[in-house]
Amino acid sequence: MKREIPVLITLIAGVFCLIGFFVPHPWVRNGYQDLQNWALILVGLTYVLGVANVLRVNVDGIQNRHKDWIYKIVLVAGLVVMVVIGFAAGDGFLDASSQFSWMYRNFYTPMSATMFSLLAFFIASAAFRAFRIRSTEALLLAIAAFILMIGRVPIGNAIHPIIPASADWLMEVPQNAAKRGILIGAALGVMATGIRLILGIEKTYGSGEGGS
Amino acid sequence: MGDPILKLPSIVRTARAVASAAVLLCLGMAPLASAQVALRVSDTPNDAGHSIDIQWIAPDEHPAQWVVARRAGAEGAFETIATIDGSATSYNDVGEGVEDGVAYQYRITALPEDASLASAISEPVSAHPDWFDTTKGNVLVVTLLFFICLFFYIGQAQQGKTWTFRHIPGLAAIEEAIGRATEMGKGVLYIPGVQDIDDIQTIASMILLANVSRTAAKYETPLNVPTNSPAVYTVAEEVVKSGYQDVGRADAYRAEQVRYITTEQFAYVAAVNGMMLREKPAANLLLGAFFAESLLLAETGHSIGAIQIAGTANVHQLPFFVVACDYTLIGEEYYAASALLSNDAKLLGSLKSSDTVKIVLMIIVVVGCILASSGLNSFGEWWSTTR
Repeated sequence: MKREIPVLITLIAGVFCLIGFFVPHPWVRNGYQDLQNWALILVGLTYVLGVANVLRVNVDGIQNRHKDWIYKIVLVAGLVVMVVIGFAAGDGFLDASSQFSWMYRNFYTPMSATMFSLLAFFIASAAFRAFRIRSTEALLLAIAAFILMIGRVPIGNAIHPIIPASADWLMEVPQNAAKRGILIGAALGVMATGIRLILGIEKTYGSGEGGS
Repeated sequence: MGDPILKLPSIVRTARAVASAAVLLCLGMAPLASAQVALRVSDTPNDAGHSIDIQWIAPDEHPAQWVVARRAGAEGAFETIATIDGSATSYNDVGEGVEDGVAYQYRITALPEDASLASAISEPVSAHPDWFDTTKGNVLVVTLLFFICLFFYIGQAQQGKTWTFRHIPGLAAIEEAIGRATEMGKGVLYIPGVQDIDDIQTIASMILLANVSRTAAKYETPLNVPTNSPAVYTVAEEVVKSGYQDVGRADAYRAEQVRYITTEQFAYVAAVNGMMLREKPAANLLLGAFFAESLLLAETGHSIGAIQIAGTANVHQLPFFVVACDYTLIGEEYYAASALLSNDAKLLGSLKSSDTVKIVLMIIVVVGCILASSGLNSFGEWWSTTR
């Protein structure tokens, strides 16, 4: 029963949502939207579990002096301070002038931007490895990348107009063809996975009763 | 004979009137002799009701604005429902003000008032909800085809039929990577992407996590799953716990193995990169929906020398994973992974049906290209999902 009831709920909800995709009539569509709203409410409730997990893991780390426990104090303090300030501000906690927004803009946003900016260096190091020519395929990749990079900057056109035109052709024809092939395959994969779950064929997770 | 240039506007007007009449006849509506602007009013197709479409042909010189008025039934006063730009040629009357099953009549008048720029009163039309969205007929055909193939192949599988599928090195490498981590006495880091549980890629990731957790539990290899959504955290926790139970190692499961980190994208990256650099796992499995953080995670994993297996259907992140990881599951390979790993006949039947539908779609694409090149676009247009 531990497995059958969730499968039955998934089957009913899944088939209903599948029908709701094709039927715009309010008798179906309203139920379809209600189901989606229930999912949102459930996800909202899981935040309580998520925050409890963050506190449990980090407070435990502080109490037992795990490695780098000092940073866990910063994390827990940050969590508590933001929650307190957010609740103190009431309904207007997201207003641009609120203390909550000020802290978000002045603490979190710069740190987030710093992480994102690391991407530039990582792209350089990854590209260095990618363009080492070890095979015919790698040679083709390097030539395509070279044309594309030169074609996307003004010097490419200055050398010869055929370079930006070639770059456009690479993007519009071979790149697009490959991308659409992957997308069609992935879309069928989505359909297969969805149907497997709805029909209860996919038994490899959530069993706890000795899955395959 | 006067100056032909002066007569030209009247000729143009006559031509436009004839053209308008022809168009209106084509639309199934008789032109109205007493008014320059004729309305075509109809129930909005493929909708949930409470909506009526109003169309008209722009006169030679349109007014500054149109006033759209409506009345319920054939009697009573018209009520202004909207004042719209004079260049408009259509209006969608939608909302709770339009009751389903009630016949409405419409008329439009010019603003500033101009008696020659007014419509006659339209025929009564009522809104009603539809039971099928005809623009999704193509999706329905593919879905039905998929179901038919699925049941056919499942039936064949139950009769003992087996199929051979292309070997995917990344899948075989998952167990190899966990084994390597076991030999090195290090852990496995499983990153399920940065989308919530409503994303099919995250769901597929949870299915793979079930396989990974069983293998890790069997080998007694530490498995860590940092998540970026509390919903994913709760599901992942259940999945990993179940995986440990399935191989009789429920006692080895530790609560801190599956953790909720944060929903913020780059804060999550900072935390996971920190875990990689501190704990130095021997294997990183990046399976799920990834965006800008893909390379930040994969390059950090590469820098610590971990064997890395990635899988995603996000096409724009695939090049980053291909460059930075040892193996990459591309698009459909990622979705097929759980079926291939389980070797279950029904699941393999679903893969076979996916392949069959793909062949059918390829034929449709080729036929559509040939027909479009021959000037016949209706076939391709019917298959379009952007109508």
